[in-house]
Amino acid sequence: MYDKEHIEELNARLKDWDVEAEKQRAHKSLPRFFTVSGVDIDELYTPAAIDGGDDKEYYWTNIGLPGHFPYTRGVHHTMYRGRLWTMRQFAGMGTPAQTHDRFVYILKQGGTGLSTAFDLPTLMGYDSDHSRSLGEVGKCGVAVDTMADMEIIFDKIDLAKVSTSMTINSPASMLLAMYLAVAEKQGVPFDQVRGTLQNDILKEYIAQKEYIFPPRPSVRLITDMMDYCTKHVPQYNTISISGYHIREAGATAVQELAFTLADGFQYIESAIEDGQDVDDFAPRLSYFFNAHSDFFEEIAKYRAARRIFAKRMRDKYGAKNPKSWLLRFHTQTAGCSLTAQQPENNIVRVALQALSGVLGGTQSLHTNSMDETLALPSEKAVTIALRTQQVIAYETGVANTVDPLGGSWFVEALTDKMEAEAEKIFAEIDERGGVFECIEQGYFQREIARSAYAYQREIEKKERIIVGVNDFVIENEKIDIPILKIDYESERSQAEFCKKIKAERDNAKVQAALEKLRVAASGTENTFPAILDCARAYASVGEMCDVLRDVWGEWNESKSAMQVS
Amino acid sequence: MPKKPKKIRVLLAKPGLDGHDRGIKVIAAAFRDAGMEVIYTGLRQTPEMIVDAAVQEDVDAVGISILSGAHMTLFPAILDEMKRRGADEILLFGGGIIPDEDIEELEKMGVARLFTPGAPTDDVINYLRKAVEAKKSDEEVM
Repeated sequence: MYDKEHIEELNARLKDWDVEAEKQRAHKSLPRFFTVSGVDIDELYTPAAIDGGDDKEYYWTNIGLPGHFPYTRGVHHTMYRGRLWTMRQFAGMGTPAQTHDRFVYILKQGGTGLSTAFDLPTLMGYDSDHSRSLGEVGKCGVAVDTMADMEIIFDKIDLAKVSTSMTINSPASMLLAMYLAVAEKQGVPFDQVRGTLQNDILKEYIAQKEYIFPPRPSVRLITDMMDYCTKHVPQYNTISISGYHIREAGATAVQELAFTLADGFQYIESAIEDGQDVDDFAPRLSYFFNAHSDFFEEIAKYRAARRIFAKRMRDKYGAKNPKSWLLRFHTQTAGCSLTAQQPENNIVRVALQALSGVLGGTQSLHTNSMDETLALPSEKAVTIALRTQQVIAYETGVANTVDPLGGSWFVEALTDKMEAEAEKIFAEIDERGGVFECIEQGYFQREIARSAYAYQREIEKKERIIVGVNDFVIENEKIDIPILKIDYESERSQAEFCKKIKAERDNAKVQAALEKLRVAASGTENTFPAILDCARAYASVGEMCDVLRDVWGEWNESKSAMQVS
Repeated sequence: MPKKPKKIRVLLAKPGLDGHDRGIKVIAAAFRDAGMEVIYTGLRQTPEMIVDAAVQEDVDAVGISILSGAHMTLFPAILDEMKRRGADEILLFGGGIIPDEDIEELEKMGVARLFTPGAPTDDVINYLRKAVEAKKSDEEVM
């Protein structure tokens, strides 16, 4: 990038500069200059700080042009000048009928993308009438027991025209099957159905812990579905490989980056082992990252992610289609960074985090609501969160040019460091035998718990200042923001509806479909067609999961994974 | 000769279906570093499992973390199970995303104390030490 002479002269001048600067170093505004992830940051970055920056090829191998390998500067040539990121706000509510009303409202406002949050019983494969679902039905999202609920949610919504994102993991196949069954009933061919599933089970074992079955059969469910969708539902994005939850659980930025990409590589390897062609499925993989508060560290993380992914896809997995090399990602601001104290300050945190996602080249963005540490977000808080994205998009001018921070010596040096540190973690994972083994040994879980505790200690020792929490505190603060109330009646009505459907459907047909699923799961044939038949027969999520629990067993964390730090 | 104070024994668990265990693991590590004996029984514990473990392990206190919004169902269920098993002398406290109104109601029902996000671990440790001590001296008087 710079010639050797230039760097030598720079180094010579830096020596003199350092002598002058030393006189000013007696004063320090902060005790330590380090990132949210605990990485120490240098006082000054110059071209001399870029490792290999004196190599003529550096720019082409490490940075390049947007839309070109290795995509450090972005996956598209024109980025936000062509199209802004998608402002996708995740939401879910109570009963299928309430969610239906919400979706109709969004579509009337001109929206074309729907995003569904499910309640915990659905995520964990329990029906609304199950004893373990008590108190949780419809709380964190909508309850779906059978295809009948899916029919209510999408009543008179043309599934050929909308794209639906569903945040579901362990029972993702069951929910997609129900969605497809509704499309079929509407007369919409499968090849016109569009949307995205989260469907990333590996990060559940690592971080969010909403798992049902052991890791290996769970990944088989995913590769079965990927294979089915490649052949029959080609417009559906079958997986969104997620670092968000890994970060929320306490990981550092580099752990989020490395663990998430490692998960992605595991899915790719599993699908290749299953006999699938990497270029058949890779263009439909996407990622989901967190935007925490350390502005430059986050930007470097997104840039490094694109570069690492492109290199591996081309050089290790032999993908030939450039579309397979692109790491496209969704970003959500960090829920874990928000404070219950002086909650209005969260609006500012979210704005800065969102800005890092945009400067990092995200394809879509969810901004959190200021009241999330207190309760489910209120309408007003949700609106402010969306307006924050609109202010960034239309008022700040950051969308005017592609990758405005590219070429910043600090950002490039940090991006290189992120990549190098992530490579070290990949080597560690390989040494331990791979992603499955690391999950089984509790490696990821312990590493995350250790980082989370270290972060908390830094706050409590005041090495790290969190405004309103350990400094700038208001004594006896009165919180004055509206809190969304949850309706307890909907749980009862949903459980009754579930019982009613189970009583009225053709139960002989359900039993036959479930038996077919048992046979598929016990053998090696693709499980997805059997799951689709169960959905068509109005078998419930709980019933399908029970069959698989029976065949594959249930997953429980090992003692070593439960270690606290 | 004054008796050497016994270590506080505390059981930590996550009930319900919610898997967010960052908070409870941080609390477990902080209690351990403060010299307490910590038994963390993990995720998806039913009220029966929690009270069973609390009785068997003879703990001074049970700490529960809930971030799913199901606190108005799960805390009362644990309290009921404690009463049913005659274990209601064990201190029940907890933390999570719980609105003030609900905290008031739960504390009336018998949950000793609830913490919300951002609570310093030192506050939780100090609270627990005092509360367990107060409970013990009550018992000695009786």
